[in-house]
Amino acid sequence: MLKRTPLFQAHVDMGAKLVDFGGWEMPLHYGSQVDEHHKVRNDCGMFDVSHMQVLDLKGKDCRNFLRYLVANNVDKLKEKGKALYSAMLNEEGGVVDDLIIYYLEESWFRIVVNAGTAEKDVTWMKEKASGFSVEIVPRSDLAMIAVQGPHARERVWQAIPGSESVTSNLKPFYAAEYDPYFIARTGYTGEDGFEIMLPSGLAENFWKALHGLGVPPVGLGARDTLRLEAGMNLYGQDMDESVNPLEAGLAWTVDLKSERDFMGKAALLEKPVKFQLAGLVLLDRGVLRSHQKVSTSKGPGEITSGSFSPTLGQSIALARIPKEAVPGEEVSVTVREKPLRAKIVKYPFARNGKSLI
Amino acid sequence: MNIPSDLKYTSSHEWVKLEEDGIVTVGITDHAQSLLGDMVYVETPEVGRKVNQGEECAVVESVKAASDVYAPISGEIVEKNGDLDGSPEKVNEDAYSTWLFRIRPDNVSDLDALLDARAYQAIVESEAH
Repeated sequence: MLKRTPLFQAHVDMGAKLVDFGGWEMPLHYGSQVDEHHKVRNDCGMFDVSHMQVLDLKGKDCRNFLRYLVANNVDKLKEKGKALYSAMLNEEGGVVDDLIIYYLEESWFRIVVNAGTAEKDVTWMKEKASGFSVEIVPRSDLAMIAVQGPHARERVWQAIPGSESVTSNLKPFYAAEYDPYFIARTGYTGEDGFEIMLPSGLAENFWKALHGLGVPPVGLGARDTLRLEAGMNLYGQDMDESVNPLEAGLAWTVDLKSERDFMGKAALLEKPVKFQLAGLVLLDRGVLRSHQKVSTSKGPGEITSGSFSPTLGQSIALARIPKEAVPGEEVSVTVREKPLRAKIVKYPFARNGKSLI
Repeated sequence: MNIPSDLKYTSSHEWVKLEEDGIVTVGITDHAQSLLGDMVYVETPEVGRKVNQGEECAVVESVKAASDVYAPISGEIVEKNGDLDGSPEKVNEDAYSTWLFRIRPDNVSDLDALLDARAYQAIVESEAH
């Protein structure tokens, strides 16, 4: 039996094509994945991301525990509501999950983890929490809706009267509470917008209010092409427990400078970095897909995420290739036993409505 | 579900039409395009290629996935739909007027073994359960 979010019936009513996504029955699209993609880049759209797991970390040792638990430096969180993206590593330096941490109080941090890894993460965190005075509280009573796109914020302000005053000055990667809503200026699309946590019982009304304001629902299909264009990693594809974050485009999130010790740090310091995550743009006709082999002048690599980019009108990919390979190089990708030409590019590919290639 | 009664079908979701000149036109069904979603690339076979029944001879790729298209009968590819290079979305818009390739069949009688609309409908319905 697949798990369902509080918005399941709303998805059915809106004509969603539903698929099994990590054990959840979720909307893939509501008609056209490409149209939904363009709407988010050019106007706005709403996503049900209630399958993601919200965890509240409570207790006097929150900060010390997080200093040890995650690779990014939680001491960057000084202001209430500030958010931090980080990887959580195992002893070998592999990625257990990627997550966002919101700082609310010294004794209260909020963490959002991936749906497919939620159970594993909670077990992992509880195991690592021994010796710290912290409690990990899964907030399965909360739903989460992302509203993304250049006009997303104003639609949210219309849908939640009074919320504008507390969120209009919110900088990117900050959150504010507007009881009972928790409104974060974060997302997974490369567009402006909010991710909103709210009590499950209010989710359907909020969803329908947004819809009434002309905000179209967007499925996981467009969510994937939007995040790929924005150059954002997907756990399980671009990195997992066998992958070094420094070879997965996550070096900017791994704090090796401070004195702080954290889970996986020693292993990372010992391992030579041989690969990088690079962008590819397909020059020939076709579509790049994950696991296709890449041949560069510096050695072989592999595509981790590939798709058609609706914004660029051509196929793009993230690929793990030797770290010596540089943007501009033409490489060969094996697609159905045939070599196709692609070019290494710096990513993101698109953000804020525009192609960056 | 749109399944025209004047066409023949395969269980791998190709539609097949015997033209008056004895050439066979092939495309993918409305059900197939609906499962795949927004089409972004269609690879058609080279003209002159000999194909055997059941052989992979074209690929349709949506944003979501790539799917092989199989030769519904044995014969020689005599034409491919070049319009699809620039506008693969035509497959989504009208699956039955958007053909992929044409085959000169080795034996026209091979068509008799293909599914009629009713038999294909039964396959589509059984997949839904």
